[in-house]
Amino acid sequence: MRSVRPYLTGAIALAVAAVIFVMPFVFVALQAVKSKSEASRLDFELPEHWLFWDNLVAVFKARDYQLVLAYFNSTLITVVSVTILILLSAMVGYVMQRRKTAWNRVAFAALFMGLMMPPAVVPTIGLLQDIGLFKTMTGMILIQVAYNLSFSVLLYRSFISTIPRDLDEAALIDGAKPRQIFFRVVLPLLKPVTVTNIVVQSIAIFNDFTNPLYYLPGKENVTVQLTLYNFQSMYSSQYNLLFMNILLVTIPPLIVFIFFNRQIVAGMTAGGVKG
Amino acid sequence: MTETPPHSRKSPYPLWFFIPAAIIYGVLFLFPTISSLWYSLTRWDLSTAQFIGLENFQQFFSEPFLVKGLVNTLLYAVTTSGLKTVCGLLLAVLLTSNIFARGFLRTLVFFPVLVSTIGIGITFTVMMHPTKGIINVTLETLGIPGPGWLTNPALALFSVALVDVWKGVGLATLIFIAGLAAISPDYYEAARIDGATRLQQFFRITLPLVRPATVIVVTLSLIGGLRSFDLIWAMTRGGPGFSSDVIASVIYKQYQAGFYGLSTAGNVILFALIAVIILPFTLRFDRREVEE
Repeated sequence: MRSVRPYLTGAIALAVAAVIFVMPFVFVALQAVKSKSEASRLDFELPEHWLFWDNLVAVFKARDYQLVLAYFNSTLITVVSVTILILLSAMVGYVMQRRKTAWNRVAFAALFMGLMMPPAVVPTIGLLQDIGLFKTMTGMILIQVAYNLSFSVLLYRSFISTIPRDLDEAALIDGAKPRQIFFRVVLPLLKPVTVTNIVVQSIAIFNDFTNPLYYLPGKENVTVQLTLYNFQSMYSSQYNLLFMNILLVTIPPLIVFIFFNRQIVAGMTAGGVKG
Repeated sequence: MTETPPHSRKSPYPLWFFIPAAIIYGVLFLFPTISSLWYSLTRWDLSTAQFIGLENFQQFFSEPFLVKGLVNTLLYAVTTSGLKTVCGLLLAVLLTSNIFARGFLRTLVFFPVLVSTIGIGITFTVMMHPTKGIINVTLETLGIPGPGWLTNPALALFSVALVDVWKGVGLATLIFIAGLAAISPDYYEAARIDGATRLQQFFRITLPLVRPATVIVVTLSLIGGLRSFDLIWAMTRGGPGFSSDVIASVIYKQYQAGFYGLSTAGNVILFALIAVIILPFTLRFDRREVEE
């Protein structure tokens, strides 16, 4: 006898989830297509005129096309820092997993500290000023690499433990140099965890607010999260534009999510739980 | 081309693979962290640092609003971590049971994890508006007078904490789902044969066996809660008054005001807090590392 219970529980769960998890996004989308006066009522009414395009253009035009600049900056920071991050953390994770020396313990402890401890912001700002990287894209990119390194290395390290050492030895016997073993043999095998790393870190860096706030002040350096923060006070009377901005900032992670949902889930759990 | 040092020719795992990462990490993370211990003992304007001993710490602990930040940090971390753990486990049990639309529900719960914290902060600030906000309007139609979620000093911190749970519970759920999947169904079958109720199964089998996942969820959410800044800043800026200030927002405010030494002292206090709270958990992690 097939029970109706799974359907009943499922239906109730769906209804509750719809209210709790979907409603806020519907709310954002609704306000984003309304007129200024309709949006200021902050309700769930459908708009009288759908102003999607008008609001979109208005948000992009605001403050001399600041949002366009912000998208450019955020994309640049994300792409470059994730690229560096992937390369460096795969290298570190590989040697860390394969070579069991005293240094590894030190490196592991240092990395673990990075996972736990918040960065000491003001000393970092002082240092960035001294080496001339404060308020620069280069500085911001290197900061993102430094701060997100721990997570990526640990992810790679646990994945590499599933790749048999025999493979390295076979390549060695075939005359491959250490560098070649890594770049030609191991790195291609790391593709699944690399995709996970790219996805997770891109989202984290694209969504990062605190670090650009501290290390990348200035109008020309604005990132998408900072525009949102700036627009919050600027648009306090124009909720339609504020929510259009939120909608635009939510779209990139949404796209990533649609394409890589499985990958993210696999990666998030692979590193952690092993029963 | 780079010269390969002789010792790395012996091992196929070259130590120089560490070097680029070590430089970036060492210079931009480890060095500032260690030097913060010194700067926290100084009056500092970013160019000259004058040693003043423990004065920054004395000031920190004698200012009621700074101490409030400390207390709030603990409250916030414990609240968010507790709720994420409990709700995450319950959701995971629900979403591993045989229900309709399971995959879709998992997706739904996880999506907020990936969305901009600032965007979520602004959205909920609007929805929590005391008179016009959708939450209170809904409560009103049900005949319940809604509170001033973010305007009531006694409530603001917890309102933000609730939003934090809303955003982060998906990750906890995901980790618990992975933990639950590792439990052999044989246990449940044996328990059913012995006549155990669902509740008994949960407390006697699920809860003990999902412990590794619980440790991870508690650790991650505690660390996140103690460090939390962006959501609080987006929703309340630490207000009303200082009622929702946490150490991370105090650090930012003192930095903005130009009190660099005091700001750094706040950082050191946060380090100490995290170390004291998280160390017992990480020792557990370490033991597992050794066992592997």
